[in-house]
Amino acid sequence: MTPKRKQKLFVILGLVSLAAIAVGLTLYALRANINLFFSPVQIAAGDAPFERSIRAGGVVKEGSVARNPDSLDVEFTVTDYVDDLEVHFSGILPDLFREGQGVVVVGELQQDGWLKADEVLARHDENYMPPEVAQALEEAGYSPADYQAKAAEVGKRLESEQRPDDALQRDN
Amino acid sequence: MWSFIHKLGSPKWFYGISARLMPWFWVAAAVLIAVGSVWGLAFAPADYQQGNSFRIIYVHVPAAFLAQSIFVSMAVAGVVFMVWKIKVADMAAAMMAPLGAAMTFIALFSGAVWGVPTWGTWWMWDARLTSMLILLFLYLGVIALRGAFTSRDSASRAASVLAMVGVINIPIIKYSVDWWYTLHQPASFTITSRPAMPTEMWLPLLIMVLGFYSFFIALTLMRTRSEILRRESSKRWVRELAVEER
Repeated sequence: MTPKRKQKLFVILGLVSLAAIAVGLTLYALRANINLFFSPVQIAAGDAPFERSIRAGGVVKEGSVARNPDSLDVEFTVTDYVDDLEVHFSGILPDLFREGQGVVVVGELQQDGWLKADEVLARHDENYMPPEVAQALEEAGYSPADYQAKAAEVGKRLESEQRPDDALQRDN
Repeated sequence: MWSFIHKLGSPKWFYGISARLMPWFWVAAAVLIAVGSVWGLAFAPADYQQGNSFRIIYVHVPAAFLAQSIFVSMAVAGVVFMVWKIKVADMAAAMMAPLGAAMTFIALFSGAVWGVPTWGTWWMWDARLTSMLILLFLYLGVIALRGAFTSRDSASRAASVLAMVGVINIPIIKYSVDWWYTLHQPASFTITSRPAMPTEMWLPLLIMVLGFYSFFIALTLMRTRSEILRRESSKRWVRELAVEER
């Protein structure tokens, strides 16, 4: 490589790294806004504002869905396996909505701690499975255990994600 | 190694070698995409939750892979052009951009179509979807920049710089689902880890991904060849070639 080319290469690398640092710092500063939703842990910690439209996300707690047979009203609990959030919703739920499913709910947090949802979105996980496999799992009695293993894993992940933020808050 | 780059950088040499390589990639693309789409759309089992709508993965994932790979290729070509002044790299980068934009659009559109039955919404301003939309704008920016200059050299430099800086968006797209809470799920299909689906679902996807890549290589070779003829039309070897053809 001639010195001139080497110099050019360094200029380019320098330019790109500076731009990357700038973008990285911006994204880091905006991380709370980039996160699509508050997890129940964050809501329990008082990070989410009351009576303003927010999004909350987590998993629909097993056995928590209560439907009103006379209307579209439904109540369920969204959990991240650390804290729970009670959600009240009136409307049509997405096809994928069921217990153990990841959801994102859009709505207003009420003073007494429950969320009045305007919209419920299902969140699909990265696992794909043919129906026969799912059925076989269920028949073999694996499904609930499977969920628990998954639940523990998600809980652990959320906890480790939570720690840096908590440390920051303590410093403040 | 440097001599190889310079050899590859000679338009005449590139024109010759690409003529020999191109048919293989066209055949590979046709066979792989035909096999992959029939297998994926007709024979692969449906998903237990999403039913048949999951089959969009066989278009969505390869298109999203290509959208990102093409941008990285454009950035690499930009560096090669800026540092070594190799014109073929710039021609290839110019020819890749529209395909990259098209693939980004296909990924966004197929994702939206899948989102309606699965999520309950076709669009959400989450980190993955937004960064992918930014990628589409970056592609459009690169294409527009090339058209905005009267001097070809200035256009090439400007487009190269935008591609090199814009490549910062690629890791953001890739890791957005891990860094932030998003509606989009983490990757089901990566080169490094075991796929989160059984083989009979995963194999057609792999075939489709390889088919899309072959298509990209074949199309880029073909378009770069015609771009070489266009830009080098005053050179002697091109004129001789034209005489031979006649």
